[in-house]
Amino acid sequence: MAIEPRKPPSQLLSNLQRALGGRAGWSGFVLQLLFVAALAWVAYEIVANARANLQAQQITAGFGFLANTAGFDVSQSLVPYSGSDSYTRVFLVGLLNTLLVSVIGIFFATLIGFLVALGRLSPNWLLSRICGGYVELIRNLPLLFQILFWYLAVLAALPSPRQSISVFDSLFLSNRGLVIPKPIGTAGFEPFAVALLVAIVAAIALSRYARHQLFESGRVIKVWPYALGMVIGLPLLIALIFGAPLTFETPVLRGFNFAGGSRVIPEFVALTLALSTYTAAFIAEIVRSGILAVHKGQMEAGSSLGLQRGSVLRLIVIPQALRVILPPLTNQYLNLTKNSSLAVAIGYPDLVSVFAGTTLSQTGQAIEIIGITMGVYLLISLVTSALMSLYGWRIGRSMG
Amino acid sequence: MKRVSLVVTLALAAGFSVQAASAQTLKTVRDRGMLSCGVSQGLPGFSSPDDKGNWTGLDVDICRAISAAIFNDPSKIKFVPLSAKDRFTALQSGEIDVLSRNTTWTLSRDTTLGASFTGVTYYDGQGFMVKKALKVNSALELNSASVCVQQGTTTEQNLADYFKGNNMKYEVIAFGTNDETVKAYESGRCDVFTTDVSGLYADRLKLANAADHVVLPEVISKEPLGPMVRHGDDQWFDVVKWTLYAMITAEELGITQKNLDEMAKSDKPEMKRVFGTDGNLGEQLGLTKDWVSRIVRAVGNYGESFDRNVGAGSKLGIARGLNNLWSKGGIQYAPPMR
Repeated sequence: MAIEPRKPPSQLLSNLQRALGGRAGWSGFVLQLLFVAALAWVAYEIVANARANLQAQQITAGFGFLANTAGFDVSQSLVPYSGSDSYTRVFLVGLLNTLLVSVIGIFFATLIGFLVALGRLSPNWLLSRICGGYVELIRNLPLLFQILFWYLAVLAALPSPRQSISVFDSLFLSNRGLVIPKPIGTAGFEPFAVALLVAIVAAIALSRYARHQLFESGRVIKVWPYALGMVIGLPLLIALIFGAPLTFETPVLRGFNFAGGSRVIPEFVALTLALSTYTAAFIAEIVRSGILAVHKGQMEAGSSLGLQRGSVLRLIVIPQALRVILPPLTNQYLNLTKNSSLAVAIGYPDLVSVFAGTTLSQTGQAIEIIGITMGVYLLISLVTSALMSLYGWRIGRSMG
Repeated sequence: MKRVSLVVTLALAAGFSVQAASAQTLKTVRDRGMLSCGVSQGLPGFSSPDDKGNWTGLDVDICRAISAAIFNDPSKIKFVPLSAKDRFTALQSGEIDVLSRNTTWTLSRDTTLGASFTGVTYYDGQGFMVKKALKVNSALELNSASVCVQQGTTTEQNLADYFKGNNMKYEVIAFGTNDETVKAYESGRCDVFTTDVSGLYADRLKLANAADHVVLPEVISKEPLGPMVRHGDDQWFDVVKWTLYAMITAEELGITQKNLDEMAKSDKPEMKRVFGTDGNLGEQLGLTKDWVSRIVRAVGNYGESFDRNVGAGSKLGIARGLNNLWSKGGIQYAPPMR
């Protein structure tokens, strides 16, 4: 405790009193204490009651089931998984699938959202009407309906694997998803990767140097030809010396399905498409409101400096708009993550589907599993909003 | 459906089930004037609503029989349609009094769910359905196939066991409800649809062109389907258990909906016990003396119910097979009523 010795204790006491009890002082503090105690009592009653009921009905309780063998398979897994793994592994598989669809969904939702917002603000009549129509159409239809639309109407219309649409006999599109050649690293992969890394670091250093020169002496150095040359040339040179860094395993139709290659399952595509286009409609409006919140004079000032519209937006308007955009944008990110639990309708193996669905049904341990699942969504949401706050704080600081 | 399981979980936590656990289900049902019965979300032949919203099916008849035995009226029932993954939670929480929803009896379900199976209404097994155009004749030819399955069922685990046991690869796509599963199979997302054989026949009726699909001969598991009640209420357990046995006994004795009144006049001691003109078997269960008459009048004997819902007299046309009486080559058998 860093209490300064010169501070009179009475002031400390009154500060403490104000902090704890607000304006009402000590009586407020006592009231709050009673309230917290009542809450704790209610929580205790709930837990004790649940335990008693479970015991009375001889329902198995506790988390021991997590070590049991799952005994069922999952269509998409980012980590090696088979039916003989435990429920803990199932939990991990489901969690990673939820995170995958959320992260990719957030990326595309943000991208589409910004583009649509800029389009809607564009002076081009046709473009702005199309973007406006997009927002009004998409945000007014239920999300579950859109997920089912992408899954059943669009992807189911694709041909069966035997009649799949193929590009150069290496990409195959069918109702089993998109199958692409799988890259496999060879002996030349490591030097190639190192060369690429070195080139990228050098390019970044070069652009920093150029920026420094611009601010110091006003000298403009054209960076991109050198950077591009380095990033492409250096790895290429290494590849010529050590041989090709990658070979590709081409998918081949065997029996019912493709063997080899990597596959993107249609459930994932449908869910990502639906989530990102739906959320993008809301993000577009948020971005538009953020841009319109920046004073018109800012844009005029930028134009009068001779900057083009794109540069004005990028350098002047958007950095200021971000302050307004970030908090509601965070909401949309959280919504997207939570909405991803609609996956169960189309058989995408997310956390709710494999853990709060199949695992719950097989073990019957509803309280534990629903509890864990709620906790995980809460944690994901808190981490997301913490990251967004951090980003907002950095922007605020950089603008002074 | 997620909302349902959340609500019942919270109800479980908050202790609404205290009353349910205190062994008073029969009294609770009587006081309420209504039996709450968990059924499927629509499986023709077992439990499905018709265009007027009337529930019919073999599983539904069990509920109707219980209702008839208690209230002398087979319609005092609130049907609660449940997905496979929500069914046990609904029973545990006390939302339903009996789960009669094509549910497979297994050891772990008897021990860990806080509920018990009362008997077997239908002896089933898991099978596969494929499109005829694939020209597959055996499940052993399904290597590398995509399989659609409803999640939260024993089906999912049997499937994994079968493919692993036969060293075959497959891709599983699990859906929340049966309808979604069938729709995905129909759209061509999967080569194979798997569930209990009775379900395959029932779901085939829902497909646009039923004749284009074929059920493969392999039956890969034992699936005894039956009703479930909560642990801790032996009287209620007996009522549900003996309702089914009453239907089977009626068939054994040749009592049908038509000849019921005639048979009730019989002088045979066995008949007298069953009809309650001698002894008080019904009252021992907490029901009335004429409980068997009430049941048979409402739904008929087991064989009648079977024929009407899934057998020769229905669209499904499933043969009695294992579900015939023990005396006729099947394994349906009721303990003696005495």
